[in-house]
Amino acid sequence: MAKGIMFIDGQRVAFDGEPNVLSVIQKAGIEMPTFCYYSDLSVYGACRMCVVEDERGKIETSCSMQPRDGLRIRTNTARLLKHRRMILELMLASHNCSCTTCEKSGDCHLQELAMRFGVRKVRFGDSREESVLDASSPAIVRDPSKCILCGDCVRVCGEGIGMGIIDFVNRGYNMRVAPAFDRKLSETHCISCGQCSAVCPTGAITVYNEIGRAWRAIHDPKKRVVVQIAPAVRVAIGEAFGLPAGQNTLDQLVTALKLMGVDEVYDTTFGADFTTIEESEEFLQRLERGGPFPMFTSCCPAWVKYLENEDPKYLKHISTCKSPMQMFASLLKDRYRKLDEEDGRTTYHIAIMPCTAKKMEAARPQFAHDGQRDVDLVLTTQEVINMIKESGIQLPQIELESPDLPFGLGSGAGVIYGTTGGVAEAVVRHCLPDKSKNALRELRFSPLRGNKAIRVAVIKVGERDVHLAIVHGLANAQKLLKEIEAGNAYFDLVEVMTCQGGCVGGAGQPHGMKQDKKARAEGLYALDRAAPFKRAERNPVVGAFLKEMDHEERHALLHVSYIEE
Amino acid sequence: MSNGISMERVEEIIDSYDCKVHHLIAIMQDIQAEYKYLSPAVLERIAEKLGVGVAKVYSVATFYENFSLEAKGKYIIKVCDGTACHVRKSQPIYNAIREYLELEGKQKTSADGLFTLETVACLGACGLAPVVTVNDQVHSKMTPELAIDLLEDLRKEDAANA
Repeated sequence: MAKGIMFIDGQRVAFDGEPNVLSVIQKAGIEMPTFCYYSDLSVYGACRMCVVEDERGKIETSCSMQPRDGLRIRTNTARLLKHRRMILELMLASHNCSCTTCEKSGDCHLQELAMRFGVRKVRFGDSREESVLDASSPAIVRDPSKCILCGDCVRVCGEGIGMGIIDFVNRGYNMRVAPAFDRKLSETHCISCGQCSAVCPTGAITVYNEIGRAWRAIHDPKKRVVVQIAPAVRVAIGEAFGLPAGQNTLDQLVTALKLMGVDEVYDTTFGADFTTIEESEEFLQRLERGGPFPMFTSCCPAWVKYLENEDPKYLKHISTCKSPMQMFASLLKDRYRKLDEEDGRTTYHIAIMPCTAKKMEAARPQFAHDGQRDVDLVLTTQEVINMIKESGIQLPQIELESPDLPFGLGSGAGVIYGTTGGVAEAVVRHCLPDKSKNALRELRFSPLRGNKAIRVAVIKVGERDVHLAIVHGLANAQKLLKEIEAGNAYFDLVEVMTCQGGCVGGAGQPHGMKQDKKARAEGLYALDRAAPFKRAERNPVVGAFLKEMDHEERHALLHVSYIEE
Repeated sequence: MSNGISMERVEEIIDSYDCKVHHLIAIMQDIQAEYKYLSPAVLERIAEKLGVGVAKVYSVATFYENFSLEAKGKYIIKVCDGTACHVRKSQPIYNAIREYLELEGKQKTSADGLFTLETVACLGACGLAPVVTVNDQVHSKMTPELAIDLLEDLRKEDAANA
């Protein structure tokens, strides 16, 4: 890796292994404007906003420029500023500037940079052909009239997720971003992970907004609105209110929801504890019966959808356990059926999730009974942030209230479901015959934790060495599948999370970079350390529920098959 | 099978390039050379065989003007609109043919599926300007009237053969 000294705007800046000049500039404390540069994705150099000028007046994009010793560049010359303003003006000229009513308003990168560079007038008219809004996906909405062709969505879908559902179409002035043959998203193999909406700097790809439905349910006196909150939400929602990433705000969120008019607020970790127990028992059974291995985790709906679409032969490898959200919902709806009959209200169940694919999962036919969905509505963290802001609630200042009982109690193992490796660790904690504190401590330093894309561990369960793999980022899971198929690798249990970092990096979360996702994961592990019990089976409520259920009931409520008969 | 395209032949072509994704353009050129265009089914098969997203294949196919995603007519008429042909009034020829074939908007192929009208940047036959080619046969020093006569002859010839 290159090492040396560069001069940025006359300031001496040392560089050591930075991949490009842009990251050196950022290190020097200058925030370079850019639309298309993400450190996690390949360098594209499309937006031309990060241009710098060298001593000879040559203009180059800093994202695609190698740092070299003695390099002298300027980042804010008159020419560069003029250049950037012109780019912004041209982008705005072919952009649907209905900003005040845009889903992305206030959070739009184009808006922000146009403001920063003082673009107040657009001299050119928009002569593009009218485009069609695509609202066919249950998770995301594509509005091509707001696209600035930065290609972020194309690269995240192709490189990060490995799906390649959308790409550029045509060239030059006629270029657009679209699925093949201009199909609607619902006609493609899109898995609804929503990462394209997370990286989109404008309102061209946004999460399907269901806030209106939530308010209608909350304001309906005939509906009992019951909410579950996923683990990853509590360590990210505070970011929108000026709190650091990773700070737990579950108790503030409970108060806020109650203030907004929600009747009961519960915790998805309760469902996760059921998942841990069911999945562990299924795994132990498979160990006894000899397969099929590897067993894949089933918590991530985008992953399940992926196998369904692309590799159905692996469907029998997926754990038959419902995801924690769906387990929670079926238990809740089952329990509240009687109550509904008694008081004449209908239970309306809202799940607050870090995830856009959960919107797709909740709408699956497997999770509806008599035409009624178990989860009536999925709201993303971001949607709930908007609702809290709409209500004028100052999240950091309100009183704390813990989730209601009985469904509000979860173990530390349930909390770490929100980060990559969490599900596997929860299952291992349950399966390990050694129930000592030491065993838990050892797991903390095992490859189950960390941020490497593919992590492999061998853990002894009884007499048998259990081979585990943990993958995040669907593209990495595809690589692992290939390795397994080629016979180069063998695993008993594989945890897959479609999003980078697991659920803390979900597309429904506030926009965050790698370090934010890491801080959120740290926050979850801190919560686990502080939890009164760290194993799912120690959850007294879960234990009591399971005691009451017979085998058939347990199977009907907690398991599902994605294989079509 | 779709529109006379043999998927076996398509696969043969893809296999002849070892299913390597960096041969994508060459593969599409070979298939188009055989069937004059690339159908959606062909693009999907290419994507599947090469292990890339169909959106990527579609992206490349739409990037190059040379690739056609629509079935072409029996006679492909190319009106040269290079500099020499342009100053010698190729545009009126193009317009006359369009009108004769009753083409509207982005339509390139006549309703009877007999003719496809395209322009070409320069055929390198500037001395013969303005030039029109029909299935790569060159017709020199054209006028709108001569072009229409040519198409009428082709139409009669086709009817006689059928």
